[in-house]
Amino acid sequence: MTTRTTWRPRLAEGTAPVLVVLVALLIGLAIAGPAYAEPSGYLALLKRAAPLVILAIGQYFVVVSGGFDLSVGSLVTAEVVIAARLIDGQESATAWVIPLLLGFGVLIGLVNGLITTKLLVPSFIVTLGMLLVLDGAVFLWTGGAPRGALTPSFRVFGRGGVEVPLLGQVPWSVVILLVVLVAAVLFMRAGIGRTLVAVGDNEEAVRLAGGKVEHLKILAFVLSGLLAALAAILLGGFAGVSAQVGEGLEFRAITAVVLGGVLLGGGRGSVVAAAAGALSLEALFSLLNLLGVSGALESAVQGVIIIAAVAYASLGAGLRHRVFPRKARLEPAPR
Amino acid sequence: MSIVEAKVPVKRNIPAPRAWKTGITPTVTVYLALFALLVVGSILVSMKGGVLLDQGGILNILTRSTVLGLVAVGQTMVIVTGSLDLSVAYLIGLCSLVAAETMDGQESMMAPAVLLALGVAAVVGLVNGLVITVLKANAFIATLGVALILRGYLEDNYTGPAGSVPRAFQHLGFDRMGPVPVASLLMVGIAAAAWWFMRRTRTGYHMYAVGGEIDFARLSGVRTGRTIVIAHILCAVAAGLAGVFLASRLGSGAPYVGTDAGYDLESIAAVVLGGAALAGGRGGVVGTIGGVLILATLDTLFDDLAVDPFFKDVVRGIVLILAVALYARRQLSRRSA
Repeated sequence: MTTRTTWRPRLAEGTAPVLVVLVALLIGLAIAGPAYAEPSGYLALLKRAAPLVILAIGQYFVVVSGGFDLSVGSLVTAEVVIAARLIDGQESATAWVIPLLLGFGVLIGLVNGLITTKLLVPSFIVTLGMLLVLDGAVFLWTGGAPRGALTPSFRVFGRGGVEVPLLGQVPWSVVILLVVLVAAVLFMRAGIGRTLVAVGDNEEAVRLAGGKVEHLKILAFVLSGLLAALAAILLGGFAGVSAQVGEGLEFRAITAVVLGGVLLGGGRGSVVAAAAGALSLEALFSLLNLLGVSGALESAVQGVIIIAAVAYASLGAGLRHRVFPRKARLEPAPR
Repeated sequence: MSIVEAKVPVKRNIPAPRAWKTGITPTVTVYLALFALLVVGSILVSMKGGVLLDQGGILNILTRSTVLGLVAVGQTMVIVTGSLDLSVAYLIGLCSLVAAETMDGQESMMAPAVLLALGVAAVVGLVNGLVITVLKANAFIATLGVALILRGYLEDNYTGPAGSVPRAFQHLGFDRMGPVPVASLLMVGIAAAAWWFMRRTRTGYHMYAVGGEIDFARLSGVRTGRTIVIAHILCAVAAGLAGVFLASRLGSGAPYVGTDAGYDLESIAAVVLGGAALAGGRGGVVGTIGGVLILATLDTLFDDLAVDPFFKDVVRGIVLILAVALYARRQLSRRSA
């Protein structure tokens, strides 16, 4: 019991490898593509990566508290389709649709969280069910094909930029990304964020220590839903309306989080590393693209990389805790 | 300590233990639910002037169950072992291609083609198992990674259906004895073999032990790594069989036949619907087949009622969550009793 009270989440743990990978990829990009010789190329990369990074940050909250959120991909699709249908090209509708979209994201997260904590259904199943429900419901509502159109003032968040002194034109999505990232870091450094990591590490201990485990888990899902809504607004602006906009994003976000060294099952990893994982993934795709690797092989490379990342992380941990090879994290080694 | 322990139930909001009828296991529940669904479905369909369980209806339910049943039986083994396999959907497509391209319309190549397809499946399963046990990757990530690698291979090499199977091989997909397709009988036979393997052999018991508590299993002398690898190989071979069956039904190999139907998540849903715990250690083939039949009956019922296809997904999602919530509740009340 006393070892628990002195335990502190070391948020920086596992951040270094992904940053090394990211820097290597960025250098690779600079060598491979002339577009990356100047900052604007990296700014464009950041703009492309922003939705995935935001999704990965949302997924991080859920994963680090010991869960999965498989519903974010279909939530993104649902949000974009809903936005197009509700706005339908009317400029005046944009102002109330955006808060509505964010509210819908929060609602879905809340439902996920409540079912997980109150009905005790594993989050994998809850969010898988939510994926099916959202997919079906959206297309039921739209009758199979998304209708409507987005307005320029809606799409400005995904496409447009804002004048910043000294830097010149900075894409809105990069600004939003930075705000989200800073907020997430502050959140994880506060007591509530640390307790969230502790929930993923040892739920029972947090409960015995008086932590509100259920509230924290629900909060994680709500944040994931909210950030998925935000990512949908950016993606809708960037890529436009389609029924495939969110396809496979849930696995991509989980890949990014894992690439950042965050342990599935919770309790380890930092939010910065998760964001860096998402950025690395996007940088990798850009690099493969520049090197002329066919888009079809992209997923194969993604597969090799996540296996390698997880194997590196767990074999590294295994070497550190030779005495307790597999479930070392569940039981604190007597020191 | 005693104060802390006494407090736990209060903090957890555990409902007061009720008098649950003993003997109603999830397996029984799932067949009761299936029966109820058939009764309600028959009434609904007859109100529309049709018959749910006529020759065509039974055939429809059984045909739909065959592929999903094969995949789900394999998935049961890995889930009981405490793992899961997300690569089955792409593996099905790959095996259908391997079988159809090897046959290439020649009857003499039928047996080698099937064996080759199952061999490829076994190798993929072996890779899954080794990545999990040797590289110590989380099963979710390991099989997702393998799935992505298979997807990359398929996308790089195929754009559509390829290969062709001889007419003789199509008998597997279309022949039937009375209202029962031969392939369904094969599926039931494989399910029975899987049941026997899991409940009557040492390795089968080890699967439950490993899924229940891997450290206890290891300390009791179970070779946990070997058990996990065997479960993954068997799961992959079952998925390979599903691919071979689909090749026989479609007449050629199709790269996305597994993913279009979402057999990866669907099979996990069927297993969980059948009462297995996703964390492992609990579940069985009998319950899984019940889950598969429920999903297939729902599909057939919606077709008969001409319900919007997208509505199916909504209902499927809700059924899945409700079923697992029900099992979780029961588990909890039993533990606190």
